[in-house]
Amino acid sequence: MTGAVPRVAVVDYGAGNLVSIEQAFTAAGASVHRAATAAQIGEPDLLVVPGVGAAAPAMERLWDGGFVEPLRAWIAADRPFLGICLGLQLLFETSDEDGAATLGILPGRTVRLAGAPTLPHIGWNQVERRREHPAFAGIAPGAEFYFVHSYVGAPNGVAGDASILAETEHGRRFVSAVSRGRLLGVQFHPERSGGNGLRLIANVVGWATAA
Amino acid sequence: MLCRRVIPCLDVAGGRVVKGTRFVDLRDAGDPPELAERYAREGADELVFLDISAAPQGRGTLLDIVERTARRAFIPLTVGGGVRSVEDMRDVLRAGADKVGLNTRAVADPELVRRCAARFGSQAVVVAIDARRVAPGTGGHPSGFRVVVQGGREPVDLDAVAWAVRAVELGAGELLVTSIDRDGTGSGFDTDLLRAISSRVPVPVIASGGAAGPDDFVAAIRDGGADAVLAAGIFHRREVSIAAVKAAMAAAGCRVRAIDPEVAA
Repeated sequence: MTGAVPRVAVVDYGAGNLVSIEQAFTAAGASVHRAATAAQIGEPDLLVVPGVGAAAPAMERLWDGGFVEPLRAWIAADRPFLGICLGLQLLFETSDEDGAATLGILPGRTVRLAGAPTLPHIGWNQVERRREHPAFAGIAPGAEFYFVHSYVGAPNGVAGDASILAETEHGRRFVSAVSRGRLLGVQFHPERSGGNGLRLIANVVGWATAA
Repeated sequence: MLCRRVIPCLDVAGGRVVKGTRFVDLRDAGDPPELAERYAREGADELVFLDISAAPQGRGTLLDIVERTARRAFIPLTVGGGVRSVEDMRDVLRAGADKVGLNTRAVADPELVRRCAARFGSQAVVVAIDARRVAPGTGGHPSGFRVVVQGGREPVDLDAVAWAVRAVELGAGELLVTSIDRDGTGSGFDTDLLRAISSRVPVPVIASGGAAGPDDFVAAIRDGGADAVLAAGIFHRREVSIAAVKAAMAAAGCRVRAIDPEVAA
C-alpha cells in the first residue's frame, strides 16, 4: 500500500443487503464499489463476496455475471478475499441445501445445522477463536457477532482442518470462520455486528493492504 | 450460546416515527434513522420498522428511511408493512433491510411466503401474526387464538397456531407474534399465545404486545418460549430502558449481548 485509500470491490449478484457492507467498509476508510459483472471487479485491494439465501440461485447469478473463474483465479493467486455468510459457504464444493455445485475452493461441503434448538440460527452468538488472526485483533475472545443462517460450511476432516479459525455453538459446535493464506470467510455478518463487527472490518482492510 | 434479543419497534408513517396505541392516537416521535441510532447505542440487538401507512405512494419514502438507517446503525433491521410481492421484498432488502415482515398479504396469499423464501432464503422472511383470544375449540379456532389482519382490526377465519405452523412450512424463518388483546395495554405479553406457537415451530419466535416492565420480557422468554422480545411504546416513552430489560433477563439466567456503545457510526 502506498498511502492511497484502500479499494474494496463487493460482488453484487443480487444477494440482499449491500448497503450495510458498503457503509461498514466506508466507515473503515475504504473506497467501495459494487461489481455487477466480473469486468467491474477491477484491481481492488480486497474482494468481498457477501450474501444470504440459497446456494443454487446464488451460483446461477455468479455464473451469469461471469464471476466464477475470476473468483477462483483471485483466490488461487492468494489475493485478499473476504466471504461473508453465503459468501463463505459458496467456497466449499457442494451445498446440501439444494445440491448445488459451489466454487470448490475449499474442501468440504455446506450442511444443515442439525441438532440446533432453533433454526434458522438468528441472533448474536459467541465466536470462539481457535488461533489468532489479524482480523480479530483487539476483539475480545468469545465476542458476540450477528448470525442469520440455517446452513454451515463444514471443512473436510472437520476437527483437525487447518483452515478453521473460529467456532460457535448452537446445539452443536460449527465452524464460524475459516482462513487460508489471504482468504478469510466468516459465517456471521460483521457489517451487522455493531462495534465488534466494525473493528473486524477495519482490521480486514488493514490486513488486506499490508505489504 | 445464542443470546436472547431485545428489539425496539418503530412505527413509521409519512417518513416519521409515530407513537400512540398502534394505529390510533398517533403523535410524531422523531426521525427514524436518528431513533434507530439511539436504540443501537442503548443496546438494541435488532430493530423493526413497521410501515403503518403502507400506502403505495409512501414506498419511496420508506426505502429512503431504510437506507439512511442502514448507513447509521450497524445492527440488523427488519422492515414490515405493505410488502405485497417478491419485487417489493427485493426493493426493501436492497435498500438495506436484512429481513422483511409479511402479515396481511401473507394471510391472503400464503404462497407469497414460499416465493419470497425461495428467492431470498427463509432467514430473510419474517411472518408477523397478529392474534386475538377467542373461546377455545369454537368457530374453527381450536387453539383459542384467531388471526386478525389489517393492523389488528379485521378478524379472519384462521387459527393462529395453525397459521404459524403453516407459515413455517411455507418457508418463514422467524415469527413475530403479537397479541392484539395485550398490545398497548401494558398488561404483559400473552405467554399462553407465545407458548402455543413456540412449542410447535422450530423457528425463532419474537414476542410482541403488552410489555410494561422488565419482568414481562423475562416471562415472554421463560414462560412463552420466545427467542426475542419486542416493544415500542415503553421504549419510545422512556419508561423502561433496554439496559434495564437486559439486566432483568441476565438476572433470570438468559444470556444477553453486552451493550456496545460503538454500535452506531
